[in-house]
Amino acid sequence: MKPAPFDYFAPGTADEALALLDEHGDTAKPLAGGQSLIPAMNFRLARPQVLVDLNRAADLSYIRSEEAGLAVGAMTRQRAVERSDLVARAAPLLAEAMPWIAHPQIRNRGTVGGSLAHADPSAELPAVALALEARFRARSAAGERSMAVADFFKGMLETALQPGELLVEVVLPALPPRTGTAFLEVARRHGDYALVGVAVVVTLDAKGRCRAARIACLSVGDGPVLANEAGKVLKDQGRSDDLLRAAADAAANRDVDPPSDIHASAAYRRRLVAVLTRRALGRAFERAEKGSGEQGAVRSG
Amino acid sequence: MTAIELTVNGDAVRRSIEPRLLLSDFLRNDLGLTGTHVGCEHGVCGACTVLLDGEAVRSCLMFAVQADGHGVTTVEGLSDGVALHPLQAAFHEAHGLQCGFCTPGILMTLVPFLQDHPHPDEREIREALSGNLCRCTGYQNIVAAVRLACDGASTADR
Amino acid sequence: MEPRRQIGERVRRNEDARLLTGRALFVDDVRLEGMLHVAFLRSQHAHARLVRVDATAARGRPGVVAVYTAADLGDYWRPGPLLVPPPPIAGLVFNACTQVPLARDKLRHVGEPIAMVVAESRYLAEDALDDITVDAEPLPAVVDLENALREGAPRVHEHLPSNVAAHAIQRKGDYAEAKRRAHRVIQRRFRYDRGASAAIENRAVAAQWDPRAEELTVWDTTQAPIPIRNGLAQLLGLLQSQVRVVAPFVGGGFGPKIMMYYPEEVLVPWATMRLGRPVKWTEDRQENFFATTQERGQIHDAEIAVDRDGKVLGVRDVFLHDTGAYDPYGLTVPINSQCTLLGPYEIPNYESEFTAIFTNKTIVTPVRGAGRQHGVFVIERLLDFAAKELEIDRAEIRRRNLLRRDQFPVNNEILFQDSAPLTYDSGDYEPALDQALELIDYRRFIREEQPRLRAAGRCVGIGIVCYVEGTGIGPYEGARVTVEPGGLVRLATGVGTQGQGHFTSFAQIVAEVLGVDVADVRVITGDTREFAWGTGTFASRGAVVAGSACHAAATRVREKILDLASHELKAPKEDLVLAGGKVQVRGDPARGIALGALALKANPLRGAVRPGTEPGLEATAYFGPDRGSTASGVHAMIVDVDPETAQVEIKRYVVVHDCGRVINPMIVDGQIHGGVAHGIGNAFYEQLVYDEEGQLLNASFMDYLLPTATDVPHVETAHRETPSPLNPIGAKGVGEAGAIPTGALFAQAVEDALGNRNGKLEICEIPLSPNRLFELIEQAR
Repeated sequence: MKPAPFDYFAPGTADEALALLDEHGDTAKPLAGGQSLIPAMNFRLARPQVLVDLNRAADLSYIRSEEAGLAVGAMTRQRAVERSDLVARAAPLLAEAMPWIAHPQIRNRGTVGGSLAHADPSAELPAVALALEARFRARSAAGERSMAVADFFKGMLETALQPGELLVEVVLPALPPRTGTAFLEVARRHGDYALVGVAVVVTLDAKGRCRAARIACLSVGDGPVLANEAGKVLKDQGRSDDLLRAAADAAANRDVDPPSDIHASAAYRRRLVAVLTRRALGRAFERAEKGSGEQGAVRSG
Repeated sequence: MTAIELTVNGDAVRRSIEPRLLLSDFLRNDLGLTGTHVGCEHGVCGACTVLLDGEAVRSCLMFAVQADGHGVTTVEGLSDGVALHPLQAAFHEAHGLQCGFCTPGILMTLVPFLQDHPHPDEREIREALSGNLCRCTGYQNIVAAVRLACDGASTADR
Repeated sequence: MEPRRQIGERVRRNEDARLLTGRALFVDDVRLEGMLHVAFLRSQHAHARLVRVDATAARGRPGVVAVYTAADLGDYWRPGPLLVPPPPIAGLVFNACTQVPLARDKLRHVGEPIAMVVAESRYLAEDALDDITVDAEPLPAVVDLENALREGAPRVHEHLPSNVAAHAIQRKGDYAEAKRRAHRVIQRRFRYDRGASAAIENRAVAAQWDPRAEELTVWDTTQAPIPIRNGLAQLLGLLQSQVRVVAPFVGGGFGPKIMMYYPEEVLVPWATMRLGRPVKWTEDRQENFFATTQERGQIHDAEIAVDRDGKVLGVRDVFLHDTGAYDPYGLTVPINSQCTLLGPYEIPNYESEFTAIFTNKTIVTPVRGAGRQHGVFVIERLLDFAAKELEIDRAEIRRRNLLRRDQFPVNNEILFQDSAPLTYDSGDYEPALDQALELIDYRRFIREEQPRLRAAGRCVGIGIVCYVEGTGIGPYEGARVTVEPGGLVRLATGVGTQGQGHFTSFAQIVAEVLGVDVADVRVITGDTREFAWGTGTFASRGAVVAGSACHAAATRVREKILDLASHELKAPKEDLVLAGGKVQVRGDPARGIALGALALKANPLRGAVRPGTEPGLEATAYFGPDRGSTASGVHAMIVDVDPETAQVEIKRYVVVHDCGRVINPMIVDGQIHGGVAHGIGNAFYEQLVYDEEGQLLNASFMDYLLPTATDVPHVETAHRETPSPLNPIGAKGVGEAGAIPTGALFAQAVEDALGNRNGKLEICEIPLSPNRLFELIEQAR
């Protein structure tokens, strides 16, 4: 299990990286944290001829608060996100999801941008980005563009990024008031890819009714899946057990069409979507209510 | 071939290597630091865990060339060669190892963990260990060793 | 100073410091000047005719030193030996088909080696694998055990009339008659699927030929260095003394490293002799999933005949055993299943029939437990179902059937894996059951806790199972004990160590006999130059058989010490005490001599050794038990099941274990913890999933799930000591015990947890998974 040979470049900035990618075209692959790419190379399932290592591009590693929201540089280590107070305050959903990503040894190398650009449907970050309506900033030698999350994920391990184009930043818009979030997943073992996971954002109105809910599921399709039907069920409703159940049912039976694999059948995944959606919604509502300072106002629903 | 310069267990090292050389193989074969073990080469078993600038990483999921300019610590760098590191001593005391193959990676995982969490509870210890596979111990005495190491440290702190 | 008890003490391990500091030598750590590295081209097909292999391009690649195919091996190409001939069971059918070094005309499982590339580095060797072209005609694969027996099924070995590797029936009493008398007969089908041993260290072989000394040195991750040396000498036409096999520190064995003459094991030494350079092959994890032996695939159709009170009148079991593509290990695994089914119970009538079947899958040889868990699973589940039908408590039905203390030795009549009649040497089962019930607080859980938690909507359950384990079988092991003039004691023995603590437990035995510090006994294991006779570490026999040999050798050295010291100190032997590394005249502190000084006197440079004595304080001794000793235990567990997600949390795990006299309780506990973790892996996490084409679908640690620290519970252990009368220490084996009853226990506890919601739920298969449990729950609604 040794990787095939390749040419290696370690540019010091994003611009240098883009120039190299442009120069080498299809033969080149950017190397972020390498925690998915290098195993694939060790199995010789991936054999890039040229690796452009982004790990020395210091200008791609940052977490900062901007007008548009929380901006995270693509090469920011997952560990840095996990440890960031700023993330904990501004994007508690992201903070809650971080410990579910593999193990500290992986998160010490793994990057936010690497995981998003890899677009593994079982990964946590794409679903979190979907739930939070993240925007993606990409650059190429030709210029820069910004994409909505819905336009970024294109399918199994597929994104809108073009050859020679790098994801450089993800921006998580600030959450409105009276918003609660929750992340839950079921994996075979702690740190494994999820069998199913859900990332939930619930925003309440002043009366405690659900103004908007975004439920993103992972490991149930070719990419992160937004449970729109479930969101509709919740719209303008006050919290109740029946409501959460109805929303969970909608997510499981109308929003997702999960695959079967050796670890979980489609039926089992549907079940997990229902259970996790219900449980995550419960938490998110509770957190939204607490955040609103109007706890108990709409308890009975 | 690419020239690299790095610090390994405090010593400056210069070598010329192929870019595809995994850090794990570099440490074991080029530097003879065979205490870092290789169990899966796809980043699951954790046996190859070393410290990169003080943080635990899988050395099978890094190319040696990426360590250029950085500091690497392996299990060989843990003790001064005379006395065992307190964590090593605790593993000995609590029978936290059997075949010992996974042990270096587990020690290197725990060292930074214990710096961040000097007094972990059992749950935290088990989660910290969950990225390292051990087939011999059932983890129980590894957990016991960590607790012992922490108790020892806390006694010393007082 | 008084003699100190060493056996039975919690002595910390002598080997730890080397392992903890990264100084311990494992095979892959062997680095020699000019060393070459090997990669194997392996079959992608489960079953195919091999038409042509062309390695021309590979041979021309820079950095490649040699490429070998079957055609290049000449006379060296021959199938491996049958390692364990089957016991003399009347009417036995047995077809021996053993593995070949490189496939020649047929490919019989994915991963079977086709060509060997030797290159300047492993990286280059792997590059060259792409250059080799293989022309193979795929054949339909034999995967499913029942399909394998159908008329017209494709055959793994075409010279045989079918895929039957073996067929055997063993009987005790008259089951048909027992069935006629029965109040109830309960029948079920049970499945136990394949798992991997998954030692964290993969296999490795390094070899060096020294043309001047005409000596071959082989470092091998084997559990059996001496038989490897003997076999290699024979294959290579060398004297045994010209071959040195070293099994240094081995990173876990668990059975597959006892499998002998793996293809890589015979090819690497051969290549080093041809090439005149050291050669090393280290298995990678992907290869390990195909090339290292596996275990556990069986299907049982079993029935139990019980009377009104739940007394077992008899058991009948018919099972299929998957032996993989070849059967070099004979019938050890299915015979263990057959024998261990009888458990600690009085089962007067027993009829067991098995068919071992060749399939296009990796070879099956023992993996920790070695078939025993299947037998335990069948009998324990049958007892659970009988208890339910008869409305008897699960613990109670076990109690009613346990063998009593006064019944030992118990002869179960059928033949065990060592060809001797299955006989239990000693045991005391009921107190162990009571202790386990007490430790887990069984009655309170059933009466109070479970109803209370159920009322709160939780699904909690308890399980309790009993088992025996045949351990410590022959043929023999040996040991040599030498007191060196420096005062250290050297102990050499043939069995290798894979983490069991031999450096310490063997040292304790010798230290106690010679009155020295355990740390002063330096143990050398697994090096054929140091000790040349023996078999290996398997069947939970190291401590029993090699430990007894250590005891015997130390006892002889002790005699020599006493003889010489009596002469030197002019005191009768009865007055001498061995303690603190000295011989002392009792009651006279001024008269004593250090063992080192005595060793010097025993090997004088002038004068003469007294007639009738030997120089030095050294002795070699062997120990071969007539038959195995039977360890036993009771495991109990409480689980909390989330019925919505089918996730299972183990809340408590209790083990009451009896492995006779305990040499080092710390080490025994560790063995049990590890065994339980392995068992939990088998029960809920680990399954080798093959598709219909015989392709393994989860050949990585990403998808083959070893339990981690968050999956394995804290195990509470208690020891009981019923000494074995078969060896001087009174010890029984323990290495496999933890893994044996876990599947049965897990199934029972989970079933109990869901009992009030899904009363029809019956778990008759292992491994489970959340997904499978979800399906079973749905089916039982």
